[in-house]
Amino acid sequence: MRFFSIVGLIVSLGFAVAVNLAHGAETFITLASTTSTQNSGLFDHILPRFMAESGIEVRVVAVGTGQAIRIARNGDADVLLVHHRPSEEKFVEARYGIDRKDVMYNDFVIVGPIADPAGIRGMSDAALALSKIVSASAVFVSRGDDSGTHKKELGLWVAADIEPTVNSGERYRETGSGMGATLNTASAMSAYTLVDRGTWLSFRNKRDLAVMVEGDARLFNPYGVILVNPALHSHIKAEAGRRFIDWLTSTTGQDAIASFRIGDKPLFYPTTR
Amino acid sequence: MVDSSILPLELDNVSYEIDGKRLVKNVSCCFEAGRSTLVIGPNGAGKSLFLRLCHGLLQPSSGLLRWRGSDGQTGQRQAMVFQRPVMLRRSVWANVGYALSVKGVSRAEREPIINRVLQCTGLSRFEDIPATRLSFGEQQRLALARVWALSPQVLFLDEPTASLDPPATHQVEQIITAIQSAGTRIIMTSHDLGQVQRLADEVMFLHRGRLLEQTAAEQFFDCPQSDLARAFTRGELLWWHRKNPLHPPGISKEISR
Amino acid sequence: MNDFSDAFIAAFSLLIQLDADLVEIVALSLTVSLTAVLSAAVIGMPLGAALAIGSFPGRRMLIIAINSLMGLPPVVVGLVVYLMLSRSGPLGVLGLLFTPTAMVIAQLILVMPIIAALTRQVVEVLWAEYEEQLRSLGATRWRALPTLLMDGRSQLLTALLAGFGRAIAEVGAVMIVGGNIDHATRVMTTSIALEVSKGDLALALGLGIMLVLIAVAVNGLSWLIGSPGQDRLLRSKRGGGYGRQQYPAARTR
Repeated sequence: MRFFSIVGLIVSLGFAVAVNLAHGAETFITLASTTSTQNSGLFDHILPRFMAESGIEVRVVAVGTGQAIRIARNGDADVLLVHHRPSEEKFVEARYGIDRKDVMYNDFVIVGPIADPAGIRGMSDAALALSKIVSASAVFVSRGDDSGTHKKELGLWVAADIEPTVNSGERYRETGSGMGATLNTASAMSAYTLVDRGTWLSFRNKRDLAVMVEGDARLFNPYGVILVNPALHSHIKAEAGRRFIDWLTSTTGQDAIASFRIGDKPLFYPTTR
Repeated sequence: MVDSSILPLELDNVSYEIDGKRLVKNVSCCFEAGRSTLVIGPNGAGKSLFLRLCHGLLQPSSGLLRWRGSDGQTGQRQAMVFQRPVMLRRSVWANVGYALSVKGVSRAEREPIINRVLQCTGLSRFEDIPATRLSFGEQQRLALARVWALSPQVLFLDEPTASLDPPATHQVEQIITAIQSAGTRIIMTSHDLGQVQRLADEVMFLHRGRLLEQTAAEQFFDCPQSDLARAFTRGELLWWHRKNPLHPPGISKEISR
Repeated sequence: MNDFSDAFIAAFSLLIQLDADLVEIVALSLTVSLTAVLSAAVIGMPLGAALAIGSFPGRRMLIIAINSLMGLPPVVVGLVVYLMLSRSGPLGVLGLLFTPTAMVIAQLILVMPIIAALTRQVVEVLWAEYEEQLRSLGATRWRALPTLLMDGRSQLLTALLAGFGRAIAEVGAVMIVGGNIDHATRVMTTSIALEVSKGDLALALGLGIMLVLIAVAVNGLSWLIGSPGQDRLLRSKRGGGYGRQQYPAARTR
């Protein structure tokens, strides 16, 4: 019997520790955001500064834009930071969120193998580049996960008037995973893919991949921040969430974003500049 | 312990069958208080089954089994030692303690009892050793200590010395005698005629599931009533022969395996 | 394959530096998985033992169900727990999503069937050997249950380790219900997934090597506890626990 009471003691201790860990910080908010911002290292750069100023811890759940929006809609996050303007506007229109604000932007680039079998290096028309990739029968790797990047890519295919999924599984590979996993696939296959510049610059497994196409206005990548509607979910930490949004769009926050660089290259540009 | 005795134990036409095979057949007998009975017979005679029926591990397929104090408490006052007793994976001391705790003996009361029975069985120096590390002879002594601690009125033993060498057998027999002198009724199976002569007040002879004889020990050895018992005491092997006139042909079907 | 040599260098430097973040991640991994395994044991062991020795309607169905649940895909468990704990889900008011407790719950669901199924097997074998003796001593089935668990402890330790292995190595479920939040719910496996997605394969592999080392350490520790040399720590007149033994062959009937 003593054996069982010892086990019981350990279990309850474990739970106590787990609960303690869960409520380590006095105040925290949960931010649903995208893998592109997390993988770039932006949050590690700016969140400690916000914490130092406000005493509020920001806990980031980084998933694809589509899933981030679903998490926010369920009320499982207080603030949403994503990069797909149409989805964001729909989210606010449906009153799931309020106070949408632009925060920062960067751009997407099309990367591909240095050998460049499609011959698109240096082009600035993204849609044209995509159609050249298809006509050269080169491999393109897609996120295929309903993320902001995926949605952007699908828009470009529409602009190029190409239905990419006819080559699905062969020259069009949908990984159904995050940006990093997709880049790993592309670098292993020497294939082309669309990536946001932040993730690209911080990505460590480039192998023979390089930037092929950049500078197209359609590759603009704006990030917006939204407070989850506290009228729908009473537990939403609206006040702390608002302070975070205000800070992000304040001079201090915008400076913090601008100061995040890899080498001398900024990964994101604050909207107010 | 309540003073009232659970004996005599009466069996009235008890049979036991598995899958339609009758392995114990129409046994009627009575165990009075104060003696020791050895159940003998060749292998397959049903001795072990008979003991398990009396102990209550098996329920008779037909017939009645009656303890005098049939108040449902008899299980508390009788115990059994098996040919190869199971040793719990814990110390010698804790093995005895377990039996007492199952019977609801309080922790404080257990200690003197355990110390006493371990001393009486010569196991005190092993008390902290895992029981499974004991030799077979020592394990059998521990099994005896374990039931002795329960101070049963009746103790069933199923060939307790079957796999032991002579010195170990001697120790076990001494313990059985000691338990008997302390007032416990002994009912035990054996195939060792020497042991029967050493320990038995009364002998029961089983053959092919039937009780052929229940008599005082001296009488059994001096003039057995049945031919089979006589052959058995002379050390003859009791082969089954279809044509053997000692056996009515009807039985052979029932017990053919 | 530069990645492999880089990985070992990364693992080695992680060990040397032992920086606070890594210690926190390892500690959380161990806390979450050990808590999950021990709570799974508290539920799964009596359940497995009851399935082994009990006779009640639906027992066979329950055994089949538990055996099948051993192969439950972690991502499915994660999704179900997510839907339950989500603010819009039935247990949303508890506010457990994206906390270590949620991860414990998910791992518990994954591990419990393994422990229950293995316990059932161990206890069933032991019960075949013990049944007559225990009944003779007057033990009811319910009294026999803790006895069988106690006497099967060295084999049950293996069941616990199998459960721990599944828990600590699991990534799909804890990623969904924990959210891989830095300093809150980031564990070894989700860190590895994150480093892979950042393309830092050497660091990811280095963390993987750390994970293997931890698994080896836990297994080694449990072996020490269960081995005869350490018996004296546990053995006493009254308790009398000890591990790995050679048991006499099962008694013939």
